[in-house]
Amino acid sequence: MSNIDLGTAWAAILCFAVFAYVVMDGFDLGIGILFPGLSPGTERDQAINSIAPVWDGNETWLVLGGGGLFAVFPLAYSIILPATYPLIIAMLLGLIFRGVAFEFRWRDPRHRPLWDLVFTLGSTVAAVSQGITLGAILQGIDVANNAYAGGWLDWLSPFSLLTGIAVAVGYSLLGATWLIMKTEGSGQRHARRMALRLGFGTVIALALVSAATPFLNNVYWRRWFDMPQVLLTAQVPLLVTICTLVFFWSLKRGGEKLPFLMALALFLLGFIGLGISMYPYLVPRSITIWDAAAPHDSQLFLLVGSVFIIPLILAYTAWSYWVFRGKVGTEGYH
Amino acid sequence: MTLLDQLDPVLLARAQFAFTVSFHFIFPAFSIGLASYLMVLEALWLKTGRGVYANLYRYWLKIFAVVFGMGVVSGVVLSYQFGTNWSVFSTKAGPVIGPLMGYEVITAFFLEAGFLGVMLFGISKVGRRLHFFATCMVALGTFISAFWILSVNSWMQTPAGYAINDSGQFIPAGSWWDIIFNPSFPFRLVHTVTAAYLTTAFAVGGVGAWHLLKDSNNIGARKMFSMAMWMAAIVTPIQIVAGDAHGLNTLEHQPIKVLAMEGDYQPSPNGAHLALFGIPDDDEARVRYEVAIPHLGSLVLKHDPYAPLPGLVDFPRDQWPPVKIVFWSFRIMVALGLAMLGLGLWSLIARRRRRLFDSRWLHRAAVVMGPSGFVAVLAGWVTTEVGRQPFTVYGLLRTVESNSPIDGPAVAASLIAFVIVYFFAFGAGVYYLFHLMAVPPHRGETEPDNVPTRAAGIMPGQTLNAPSLRGGEPHE
Repeated sequence: MSNIDLGTAWAAILCFAVFAYVVMDGFDLGIGILFPGLSPGTERDQAINSIAPVWDGNETWLVLGGGGLFAVFPLAYSIILPATYPLIIAMLLGLIFRGVAFEFRWRDPRHRPLWDLVFTLGSTVAAVSQGITLGAILQGIDVANNAYAGGWLDWLSPFSLLTGIAVAVGYSLLGATWLIMKTEGSGQRHARRMALRLGFGTVIALALVSAATPFLNNVYWRRWFDMPQVLLTAQVPLLVTICTLVFFWSLKRGGEKLPFLMALALFLLGFIGLGISMYPYLVPRSITIWDAAAPHDSQLFLLVGSVFIIPLILAYTAWSYWVFRGKVGTEGYH
Repeated sequence: MTLLDQLDPVLLARAQFAFTVSFHFIFPAFSIGLASYLMVLEALWLKTGRGVYANLYRYWLKIFAVVFGMGVVSGVVLSYQFGTNWSVFSTKAGPVIGPLMGYEVITAFFLEAGFLGVMLFGISKVGRRLHFFATCMVALGTFISAFWILSVNSWMQTPAGYAINDSGQFIPAGSWWDIIFNPSFPFRLVHTVTAAYLTTAFAVGGVGAWHLLKDSNNIGARKMFSMAMWMAAIVTPIQIVAGDAHGLNTLEHQPIKVLAMEGDYQPSPNGAHLALFGIPDDDEARVRYEVAIPHLGSLVLKHDPYAPLPGLVDFPRDQWPPVKIVFWSFRIMVALGLAMLGLGLWSLIARRRRRLFDSRWLHRAAVVMGPSGFVAVLAGWVTTEVGRQPFTVYGLLRTVESNSPIDGPAVAASLIAFVIVYFFAFGAGVYYLFHLMAVPPHRGETEPDNVPTRAAGIMPGQTLNAPSLRGGEPHE
C-alpha cells in the first residue's frame, strides 16, 4: 500500500468519526441548548432520560477525532490546536460542565435549577466553539515552517462567528427532532414547535454559510462553480432543498422519526459540502492530508486494528441504542 | 505588561498539565478498581443469589456512575492538551505514541462508554447474564485503557523501537512490539493497576468501616469491609514486591531519577545509606538534616548492602530532575504503602481473633486510611513524572523544546480557567460522592419513589424493584 492510499483512507475514517460525533453528540448538545425552553419537571426529565444511556459513547467519537488526528496526521493536529487554542479550551470546559451537570442534577434536587442552567451554558459554549473552530479552519490558518504562525485571536472573524451560530442552531434542530422521536405528550408537542422554528433557522444558517464560503478564497469558488464539476456540486443544494421540503412536510404531518432523519440528512449534506470545499487539505491551502501524514508504518499499524475494531464498535453501539429504543418516560425505562 | 511578559509559557503549560492530569488520574485510579469490584459483586450475586451482593452492587454502582462521568470529562481535556500546549512534542512523538493512544480510544474508551449505558440503566431490559456481560466489558475497558496509556507513558520514560528522521520526528523502526513493550512498561503496568486496586480497596474499606462504627451489624458494611481488608492484606505485600521490581528497573534505565528519589547526591562506593528524612539541597549537593539508615539504600536497590552506587554529581547537572519534589513524593508513597501493609496485617489479626467487625480502633484506622490510596497514587505519579524531567521523551526531547508556540498570557488564562472550573465542577462531584458514601448500604437498596434519582439520569424506583433484580433476599 502506498502512502497516498493510507492518507486518503485515514482522512475518510476521521471524516466518519467527526461526522459520527457531530450527529450523536449534536443532539445531546442541542437538547442542552434547548433546555431553558423545556418546562422544569416532566419535559426536562424526559429529555435527560433520553440521552443518559448514550452520551458517554457519543462523546467518545470526539476523542477518536482528536486522538486519530494526533495519531495519523500529527502535523495537522499540532497546527490546528494551537491556532484555535481558546476555542478548544472553551469547548473542553463547556463539555466538562455539560457532563457533570447532567450527572449532578439528579443528586441534588435543591440546586437542580442551577445544574440545569450549567447544563445549558456548557452545551451552548461547546456547540458554539465547535462551530467557530470549523469556520476558523475553513477560512485558513497562518502556517510557517510547519507550525502555527498566527496570534491567539486569529480565528475570530465574522465568518467564524457565523459558523459558530450555524452549528449551534443545527445542533438544536437535531435535539428537537430527537425529542420528537423519543418523547410523547406535552414534551413532544413542545419539541415539534421548536423544531419548526429551528428548521427555518438551520436552513437559513446553511444558506448563509454556503453563500459566504466561496468568497473566502478563489479555490473554493472554482471548486463549486467551474464547469463541468458544477453539474456535480449543484446536486448538493438540490438535495438540501428536497430534504428541507420533506422535513417540513413530515413535521406538519406528525411524523416522529422522519424529521430527525431529515435533520441528519441536512447535516450530512453540509458535511459533504465542506468536503468538496476542503479536499485534499486538512489545513486549507497549506497542509494536505499527505503533508500531514504520519510515517507509513504509524498509519498502517493503527489502520490494521481500526478496520476490524471500528465495525465492532458500531455494532455494539447500535445494540446499545437498540436496548434503549422507544419512548422514554419521566422516571426512566420500565 | 511587564508581569505578563514574564509569564513563562513552558512553566505554565507544565503547571496546567500537572494540574489537569493529577485531577484526572484520581478518577480512573478509582474506576479501574471499582469496575472490577462491581464485576466481582455481580458474579457473586449471580452465583449465590444472596441479596447482600445485589445491594452492594447497586450501592457502589451509583458511586461508580459519578466517578466514571468525572473521569470521562476530565480525560477528554487531556487528549486535546497534547495539541494545545505541547504541539512540538505532538509533531515529534506523534508517529510513535499517537497510534498507541488511537488504540486506547478504539479498544478501551468505546468499550467502556458503549456498555456503560447498559450497565447503569439496562438491568431490567437485557436480563441478568447480558447485564453481567456489560459489567465485564466496562471492567475490561478500564483495564485495556490502563494498558495503552501506560505503554505511552512508559515509552516516554524508556523509549525503544524508534528512529529519528530528518525533521527530528520519532518514527517507528523495527517492531511495534518493542515500542509497546518498552523496557519499563511491564513494571509500570503492574505497579499502577495494582495501585488502582488498592486505592479502591482502601476507599471501600474506609466506607465500610465508617458504617460499622455506627452500626456493626449492618450486613452490607460488614461484607464490604471484610472484602476490602482481604484485598488490603493480600495485595499490599504483592504491591511492595512489584514496587521493588519497578525500582530496580528504573535504576537500570533512569539512574538519575532513582538517585533523586534517594537523595544520593554523592557516590557511595561502599554501599549507599537510605535517607528517611532530610531536605535535599541542590546547591550544596547534599541532603541537609539527614536521618539515614546505613547500607539500606544499596540493600533495597541492589539487594546487596555493600554494592556501590553512583551519585547525582556523576551526571550532568542539566539532566537532574527537581530533586526535592521527587525525594519527598517518593517518601510519601512508600510511607503510605507501609501504613497500608500495617492495616492489612492488623485486619488479619483481628479476623483471627474474630474481632474484625467489633474492633473500633481498627475501624477508625480504616476510615483514616480510606483516602490513602489516592494520595499514594498521586505521590507515585509525581515521583515518576517529575523524575522524568527535564525531558518529555527521556534523554531525547527536552520539556523546554516541546511546547506550543502559544504566548504566556494565553496559557495563564486557560490555566486559571481550568483551576476555577475544576474546583467548581469536581468539587461538587466529590461532595456528592461523600453524600453517597455517607448513606449506609441497606437491604433492598433503592431510591425514593417518584423521583428519577439515578446519577446520570435513570435508576428509578421501578427499575430497582423490578422482579428480575430481586434475587433471594434472605435475612442475613
